[in-house]
Amino acid sequence: MRLKRVILLMLAPALLLLGAACSSDDEAAPATPAVAATMADGEPLKIGMILVGPRDDRGWSQAHLEGAQYAANALGGELIVIDKVNPADSPNVTIPQVVEDMIEQGADLIFATSDDMRDGILEAAALFPDVPMIWASGDNAWADGKGHRPDLANLGNIMGEMEYGKMIAGCAAALQSESGQISYLGPLVNDETRRLVNSTYLGARHCWTEVRGNDVTDLAFNVTWIGFWFNIPGVTLDPTQVVNEFHANGTDVIVSGIDTTEAIVRTGQVAAEGRTVWAVPYDYEAACDQAPEVCLGVPYFHWGPSYLETARAVVDGTFAPTFRWIGPDWSDINNPDTTAIGFLKGDGLTEENAELLDTFIAGLADGSISLWQGPLNFQDGSPLLAAGETATPLQIWYMPALLQGIEGAAAAN
Amino acid sequence: MITRAAETLGTLAPRLIAVPVALAVGLLLLWVADAPPLQTLRLLIEGSLGSQQRIGDTLMVWAPLALACAALVVTFTAGLWNIGVEGQIVAGAIAATWVARELSAPPAVVMASMLVAGTAGGAAWAGLLGVLNVRGGVHEIFGGLGLTFVATGAVIYLVLGPWKRAGVASTSGTDLFPREVWFPTMAALRVSPLAVGLGVIAVVGVFLLLRRTRFGLRLRATGQGRAAAARLGVPTERYLMYAFLLSGALAGIAGAVLVGAQHHKLVPSVSGGYGFLGILVVLLASYRIHWAAPIALFFAIIANGSVQLQLRLDLHSSLGGVFQGVLVLAVLLAGGWQMRRARERDRKAAARA
Repeated sequence: MRLKRVILLMLAPALLLLGAACSSDDEAAPATPAVAATMADGEPLKIGMILVGPRDDRGWSQAHLEGAQYAANALGGELIVIDKVNPADSPNVTIPQVVEDMIEQGADLIFATSDDMRDGILEAAALFPDVPMIWASGDNAWADGKGHRPDLANLGNIMGEMEYGKMIAGCAAALQSESGQISYLGPLVNDETRRLVNSTYLGARHCWTEVRGNDVTDLAFNVTWIGFWFNIPGVTLDPTQVVNEFHANGTDVIVSGIDTTEAIVRTGQVAAEGRTVWAVPYDYEAACDQAPEVCLGVPYFHWGPSYLETARAVVDGTFAPTFRWIGPDWSDINNPDTTAIGFLKGDGLTEENAELLDTFIAGLADGSISLWQGPLNFQDGSPLLAAGETATPLQIWYMPALLQGIEGAAAAN
Repeated sequence: MITRAAETLGTLAPRLIAVPVALAVGLLLLWVADAPPLQTLRLLIEGSLGSQQRIGDTLMVWAPLALACAALVVTFTAGLWNIGVEGQIVAGAIAATWVARELSAPPAVVMASMLVAGTAGGAAWAGLLGVLNVRGGVHEIFGGLGLTFVATGAVIYLVLGPWKRAGVASTSGTDLFPREVWFPTMAALRVSPLAVGLGVIAVVGVFLLLRRTRFGLRLRATGQGRAAAARLGVPTERYLMYAFLLSGALAGIAGAVLVGAQHHKLVPSVSGGYGFLGILVVLLASYRIHWAAPIALFFAIIANGSVQLQLRLDLHSSLGGVFQGVLVLAVLLAGGWQMRRARERDRKAAARA
């Protein structure tokens, strides 16, 4: 008797499955806009999107995904998405495998969206020379760059000039800080992250000294690196723990440089316990929503416009593997259709500071404030720029060390 | 002969039933998450066996998993829970990486040395565990977990410190090895024959060793009853050490294969969880290597195929892992249920007699 019941129980899912199988052709087709772009094969444009972190990380990866969705929607294209492509989350998934799979599915354009995918996307681009690809944040298509690969005629690069976003972030932090202690939650150490930490510091120093009239020696700016773009338990430092340490050491503004939202989430909790602390998240337009009251603002990427231009070029057959390092649309840095990077002010910023920040942004826009300006020294005292010199794009992109005034390791060599 | 075949079928049947039941439960779960079951099943199979390259990819997952299983069967046979197999894989990977980075010699020599170093590294790490266990009285589960933490810590130190990329401090790994020391790959199959060959040799070797040799007999005696084996003249302490060393050597080869044929560099998560997955596979196989090898293949198929669920059905990436977890759980449950039924049958038979 009991056996029969068990068998029935076991069969129930099978019956359900059978029922489902019979009605499984109801996969709703996505609504396509009126002007669907068609490729030479008569199919709509298909974009392959390779993300390093979770697609819903409210940070770096989600910003890329929404950029691709923006492009796909505008052209009536389709997306193929794979997320968490990194050795810790997906040990048996390689970039060339994923790329091949996407091409088999009909992908006409592929985005690899992490510095971490360098080796994989270079290999994949060589394997499939006829498929246009973009390696975001990479440098292989930069003729003057150190990583130039003229042999890869199908792999371009796109990156936003986040230096400006980070300068604004640093300025907001310095305007609001009461203790004069600002901490940067760093991901891993490389040219890009040193560039962004230095930019943040330059913005903070400018607003601390020039706007608030304080002494530069009263500004403490330190960075702690967790070891990767986001938390990998047991491998990286736990960002939440790092944030706790920042707070314990008297920091009242944390600027995040990692892909995910721990800095603002934890700071929101600490503020709820009655401390006066703020955070500046990163990457994703809506990142402040995690704890709006402690958010001073967020520097973020709008990948949509540049991804759309790339996709359009693929449709038109005019794709060229260029290196694009795109600045904000200074007429409106938050225009979703024109700007590559933006800064959205947060609820935590006082009205007075918001006005000061607007003045700072206007100064960056009209060039009256130029922060990559000598004299600037590295931590060890060696010069980056002599007095009167302005940094070249190459100097800024390949940032070899941290600037004097920043505490923390630079991994320079 | 017939009774023996019937017996084999008797022990086999639960597993034969358990796997499809587990698959059905797993598919049901995915169906709840809006994945049409038949299409899911088709994608899983196509994604892992649908083309020569895909079969190759699946074999490349199978090879380190089979090596880990072979390692674990040896220690389980000796009655040891070698949870530290993950750490031994990592130790093998570190040793092989060291050779790949430091040794300048003809590629074939470097690759052979990587394998030797990986074997030695894994064996040394397991030997340490053996000494802690056999001499120090530390339970192998705790010692193994501790040594795994130490090995992972060592990789992170090396990747962020002495072996970091120039100007970079990232846990994403070391520089790629020189291309000529990547384990050769058959382009058409995307398979490293060396890796798969080593997996096959490990499976067959462990099978023969445990079934056909005096060493295997003594090891099994040690595992089934240490005191009894000792009374029969088996030097059990020495055999336990042999088990640790052999197991570690096999795990170390898995580590060398992972850096030499898969990642081509050292990454912190180099073991890829193959050690822990291996423990599950070996448990499902009742510690028998000839069952562990096909079950490992099954898991390799699921692991590779589940990538398709995201690519083609746009399912959340974590569902692949949940699916695998449900499979393991369902197979264990079905196995346990069968065992309970067998016990009940025995009891009734005993009562009748």
